[in-house]
Amino acid sequence: MQPLATAGNGIAADRIGVRKTYKLYIGGQFPRTESGRSYEVFDARGVPLANACRGTRKDIREAVRAARKAFPGWAARTAYNRSQILYRIAELMEGRRDQFIAEVTAAQGVGRRRAVREVDAAIDRWVWYAGWADKFSQVVGSVNPVNGPYFNFTVPEPTGVVGVIAPEVSSLLGLVSRLAPVIVSGNAAVVVASESRPLPAVTLTEVLATSDVPGGVVNLVTGLRREIVPTLAAHMDVNALDAFGVAPSESAAVEESGVENVKRVIRPPRDGLERYDWLSQRAQSPYLIGEYVETKTVWHPIGA
Amino acid sequence: MTLTKKPETRPAPASWGLSTGKTVPWEYAPAPESTDHVTIRSEYGLFIGNEFVAAKPKRTFEVINPATEEVLARVARASVSDVDRAVRAARSGYNQSWSKLPGSERAKYLYRIARIIQERSREFAVVETMNSGKPIKESRDVDVPLAAAHFFYYAGWADKLEYAFPNRTPRPLGVAAQIIPWNFPLMMLAWKIAPALAAGNTVVLKPASTTPLTAYLFADVVRQADLPPGVVNIITGPGEIGMELVKHPDVNKVAFTGSTVVGKMIGRAVAGSDKKLTLELGGKAANIVLDDAPIDQAIEGIINGIYFNQGEVCCAGSRLFVQESIFEPLLDKLKARLGTLRVGDPLDKNTDVGAINSASQLAKIRELVQSGIEEGAEIFQPDCQLPDRGYFFVPTLFTGVSQSHRIAQEEIFGPVLSVLTFRTPDEAIEKANNTPYGLSAGVWTEKGSRIFKMVAAMRAGVVWANTFNRFDPTSPFGGYKESGYGREGGLHGLSAYLRFDA
Repeated sequence: MQPLATAGNGIAADRIGVRKTYKLYIGGQFPRTESGRSYEVFDARGVPLANACRGTRKDIREAVRAARKAFPGWAARTAYNRSQILYRIAELMEGRRDQFIAEVTAAQGVGRRRAVREVDAAIDRWVWYAGWADKFSQVVGSVNPVNGPYFNFTVPEPTGVVGVIAPEVSSLLGLVSRLAPVIVSGNAAVVVASESRPLPAVTLTEVLATSDVPGGVVNLVTGLRREIVPTLAAHMDVNALDAFGVAPSESAAVEESGVENVKRVIRPPRDGLERYDWLSQRAQSPYLIGEYVETKTVWHPIGA
Repeated sequence: MTLTKKPETRPAPASWGLSTGKTVPWEYAPAPESTDHVTIRSEYGLFIGNEFVAAKPKRTFEVINPATEEVLARVARASVSDVDRAVRAARSGYNQSWSKLPGSERAKYLYRIARIIQERSREFAVVETMNSGKPIKESRDVDVPLAAAHFFYYAGWADKLEYAFPNRTPRPLGVAAQIIPWNFPLMMLAWKIAPALAAGNTVVLKPASTTPLTAYLFADVVRQADLPPGVVNIITGPGEIGMELVKHPDVNKVAFTGSTVVGKMIGRAVAGSDKKLTLELGGKAANIVLDDAPIDQAIEGIINGIYFNQGEVCCAGSRLFVQESIFEPLLDKLKARLGTLRVGDPLDKNTDVGAINSASQLAKIRELVQSGIEEGAEIFQPDCQLPDRGYFFVPTLFTGVSQSHRIAQEEIFGPVLSVLTFRTPDEAIEKANNTPYGLSAGVWTEKGSRIFKMVAAMRAGVVWANTFNRFDPTSPFGGYKESGYGREGGLHGLSAYLRFDA
C-alpha cells in the first residue's frame, strides 16, 4: 500500500504531519464504524488520500435512531432560529474555505478555480436556504376560503427523518444542495456520503458539529453504497428518501424498497447527474424544500 | 324497492331526563325518496372516446343495491385490451384536442360539467344511494354538492395555472390513470377528474367494481357537456384491471384512493418509471376530547366522525380518546345519542346510517368486531332493528380498548368506534400518533392555545378542531406517513397533475 496523502502529510520537510481520522457523524458524535473496517479513498489520479469508515447497516440504524430523536426538537425550533443556524453553517464554512477548496480539488480532480467556484457556491447555498426558513411557509401555505363558517388553513410541516443519498460526483456542492432543503424546514437527515469522494462530506460534518446544529439533525455514514443504501431505503422509520444521487439504473430498486412504509422518494433525473449543473440557480429551489414537507390542513368553526 | 320500517322500541336517552330503564316508542313514518325519475339501464358498456362500448371479449358483471341485494344493472368487465383501448383514446384526446385548447376553454367545459351535475343532482343522489348504500340525506347534501363544487372550483384554475406556482412553468402530464374507492363514488370521481382536466390532462378512470353507476351517469354528463372524445374515459372491472391500467406504459400519472395494501402494490408497480404518483390511503384517526371540551358539540362530532357514511370513510374518527375526568358523563351521553341513530333504508330521508357497501365489507366489519370482543374490549350496541335484507351493521362502540387491540390498530371501515382514555394532553398526543397512519385527527377543547398545541402535534394531514369530517374543494386533503402522499383539493391538489421543468 502507498502512503496516504491527506493534509498533514509534511508541509515542512522537517516535520511529520498530523493526519485526520475520517469518522462517521451520528447523534452529534464522531464514532468510528461499528464494523471496525475502512476503505481506501483515492484522489482523481489514483493517489490514496485517506481511509474512510466502511459503515454498516447497523451504523445506518444508529443514525436513523439519532435522527428520530433529534427530529422533534429541531422541528419545534422557531423558523427564525433555524434560519440563523443555517446561516451559521455558512459562516463556519467560510472560515474553512481553504480546507474545503483543497479537499474538493483532491477529491474531484478539478482545477483550483473550479474548486473555488464549487466551495463558494456551497457556502452561498446555505445562505440562500437560511433565508427560506421563515419564508417558505408563506409561499406554500394558504388560508382556504371554504364554503361554510369555518376558518381553514394549510401549513407545511417537516416530514420527519429523511435519507439523503448524496450525489457521487459533486462531493460537497452536490451534498449541500440536497441537504440544505431537507433540514431547513425541520427534518432530520441521514446522509450516505459519496462513496468515492467522501472526505469533503466528513469535513462538512465537523462544521455542522460546531454550528449550533443540534446533534442528530444531520448524520453521515460513509461506506460502500451497495452495503448501506438498501438498509436506508427500506428503513421503516425513514419518512422520505432523496434518491436524486442514485444512479438511474438503481433507482427502481431503491424506490421499491421504500414502498413498505409509503416513503416519499425523490427520483434521480432520467439521464443521471453527469451533465447536471450544480452551480446553476436551478439546483436550488423552494420547491425542493417542498419535497420533504407534509401539508397539514386545519379546520375550526367560526361562530359564537 | 323501498324498505318498510318496522316500528321500533328504544330506550329513552338519559339526556331526556326520563327515568332510566323505561322505553318510549320511537317511530318514524317512512319518508322514502322517490326513484321514479331515475333510469338505470340494464347494462352499461365501457365509456371510451365518448361512446359506450362493450368489453372485448364481451363480459359483464352484476352491480347490486347493498340495501336490498337486488341487481341494479350489469356493467362491462374490461379486459387488458380494453385498458389499452381506453389509454389510447385518452392519448388521442390529449394530442388531438385537450392539449391544444387554451385554459380558458377547458375552464368552460368544466363549468358546464359542474352545472349539469347541479341540474341533475337529484338523479345523482338517488343513484348514488341505491348503489352505495349511503343515506340519501348524505348523498343529497354532501356527496353530490361537493362533486359539483369540485368541478366549479377547478374550472377556475384551468386558465390561471401560471399564477399558482411562482417562478415555475406548469405543464400537463398527459394521460392520468385514476382509481377510486366505493365509499364516495361520485365525490372521489370529482376529486380526481376535476383537477386533472383543469391542469390539461386527459383521464382513464376506474371506479370501484361495486359502485360504477354514478360514474357511468357522469359519462352521460360528459356527453351532454360536449367534451371532446377521449378526454374522459371510464372503465370497469376488478382490481387486476386497475393494476393493468397503472402499469400501462403510456400512462403519465397515477392517482389512487383506496386501501394502504393496494396503494403499496401500486407504489411497487410504478417504481423506476417516470409516472407521477399520488396516494390517498387508509386511516385510523384519533378524535381527542379534552376535559374542557364543549361536550354536546363533541358528541355530535364524535357521532359524525365515525357513523357518517356508515364509518366507511378513510378519515373516520375511529379512535376516540377521552380525558379520564370526563369519561363517564361523556360515555353516557354518547351511548344515548347512539340509540337515536336511525339505521335502515338508505333511501329514507330520515335514515342516519345506511347499508354497508358489500357483503365482503360487512364480513370484514364483523370479523374485526369479533376480534374486539375476543381481545377483551367491552362492546355496546343500541337496541336496533335492522332490515331483513341487505348488508346492515348496528352502530357499535367499544370501551376498555387498549392500544394493542386490533380494533385500535386496524382500519375497520365500518360504524365501529373504539373508545380509549388518557390523563394528560401529552399522553393523548403520544397515543394518537402511535399508528402507521396519519390521515386525519380531531381535537375538542374550548381553549385556543390548547387547540393549537394539539393541532400542531398531530401527525396527520387534516385536523378538525371542534368539528369533524368537513370537506371543501379549496381545502387540501391527504395524509402523512402510510396514509399516502400528495393532496387533493386546493392549490396543492392542482400540483399533483402538473409537471414543472427543472
